[in-house]
Amino acid sequence: MRKRQIFRVLLPVIALAALSGCSSIEPWVKPYERDRLADPIMFMDMNPVSSAYIYHVYEAREGARGGEGMAGGGCGCN
Amino acid sequence: MGSRNAHVFLYALCFLIRFCLVSHSPESFSKQGRDLGLQSTWKKLAIAVALLGMGQQAFASVLAEDRTDFLYHRYDGGGVTIDGPSVLVRKSVGKSVSLSANYYVDMISSASIDVITTASPYTEERTQYSLSADYLRGNTTMSMGYTSSTESDFDANTYSLSLSQDMFGQLTTLTLSYAYGDDTVGRSDDPNFSEDNSRQQYGVGLTQILTRNMIAALNVEVITDEGFLNNPYRSVRFLDTNSPVGYSFEPELYPRTRTTNAVGIRTKYYLPYRAALEAHYRYFNDTWDIESHTGSIAYVHPWRDFTFTAKYRYHDQTGAHFFRDLFARSEATNFRGRDKELSPLRSQTMRLSAAYEFISDGWNFIDRGTVNVSLDYLQVEYKEFRDISTGAPLGSEPFYALDATILQVFFSFWY
Repeated sequence: MRKRQIFRVLLPVIALAALSGCSSIEPWVKPYERDRLADPIMFMDMNPVSSAYIYHVYEAREGARGGEGMAGGGCGCN
Repeated sequence: MGSRNAHVFLYALCFLIRFCLVSHSPESFSKQGRDLGLQSTWKKLAIAVALLGMGQQAFASVLAEDRTDFLYHRYDGGGVTIDGPSVLVRKSVGKSVSLSANYYVDMISSASIDVITTASPYTEERTQYSLSADYLRGNTTMSMGYTSSTESDFDANTYSLSLSQDMFGQLTTLTLSYAYGDDTVGRSDDPNFSEDNSRQQYGVGLTQILTRNMIAALNVEVITDEGFLNNPYRSVRFLDTNSPVGYSFEPELYPRTRTTNAVGIRTKYYLPYRAALEAHYRYFNDTWDIESHTGSIAYVHPWRDFTFTAKYRYHDQTGAHFFRDLFARSEATNFRGRDKELSPLRSQTMRLSAAYEFISDGWNFIDRGTVNVSLDYLQVEYKEFRDISTGAPLGSEPFYALDATILQVFFSFWY
């Protein structure tokens, strides 16, 4: 039980410490290598107005919802 | 400043995770949830639009492009026709703010299997307005949105917030989102009938550049509903020896809470000859015992000024624990539903779409313009919901199946 409590306290600290060091991570895909990802055909959501509509149709016709959204789709090269 | 924003973002992340854990304690999960029905689909669209408005701007450390879309949509299948316009306008103000507005209308003419067997065909109109604002500061984008949906017997309001952070040399985008919705449910035949729903939606999204040809996105979404979640018009049927046909109908009764969980992963790959391949998978479950797997694959192929897309989507789900096509007697169980969308089912969709870029070198203030035509063919096979309109003997009616065509025609302008 005590180990679990220690783990609960330490886990966020370790996670934050790990993340705070992330700024030194070297991008393995350089900005000048992102031309293909910047092509509109690679956009995760090419037409938001159309996607919103079709998700609505699926949610009306099926019992599931969520998890379809776009977390971004960006490559920093817009 | 970028480092400071990252710390603020991480703090917010911790806060949201903690908030989610508290909100979804075992006690919360133990409450049975429920929703769906024709009316509730409106509120889901409100959330979808709100979140899409937030999601599309999460394009690394830049605001979404200024663009306007004029869309006409038409759904035709299963005795239901729904059509109308949707207009989406997005415009930046200065270098840090982007505003968007959406106007959407559904004009519904319904003689669905539910309607023809238990009620009368009807027409209805729903109007929805959405507004959102994005604020970009460093590598952080903050967004807020509001959506209002109204129809004669249903009103929905949704308020949304999101926070998006680019990290690791803009290889990674992390997005947190939260939305709150409240609905008022009425009945067109009873002005005194009024019930409320509330809904909270938590989302975490991660977009990751994997290689110079491949990008992936992970989305986790938890939605909780509480209130009057069934359709006030829909009925269940039960065995009744006093009825000439052997059964009668009584109103549905759903649990007053529902929690749904969805995890989706989407990846897109750039092919060597300038084309794209996209795959998506989603796992879903909820406190009503619905579990589903959804997968799709799409191929995008540009050719001269055209862009062609072909897509196949597959969905398979189990049914809600309180769904029955035919109950053994009146009030046989605590909760009762016969919404076909809560039945075990399988759906498949085929899509073909084409876009033509008719403005590519600029015209007045417009940089680019496209016209798009998209046609989906949707087929749904219900595994326990029977078609009682056939008049077949009780218990041997064929399982219901539905075919629908979904047409979208839209113009898009970038400026």
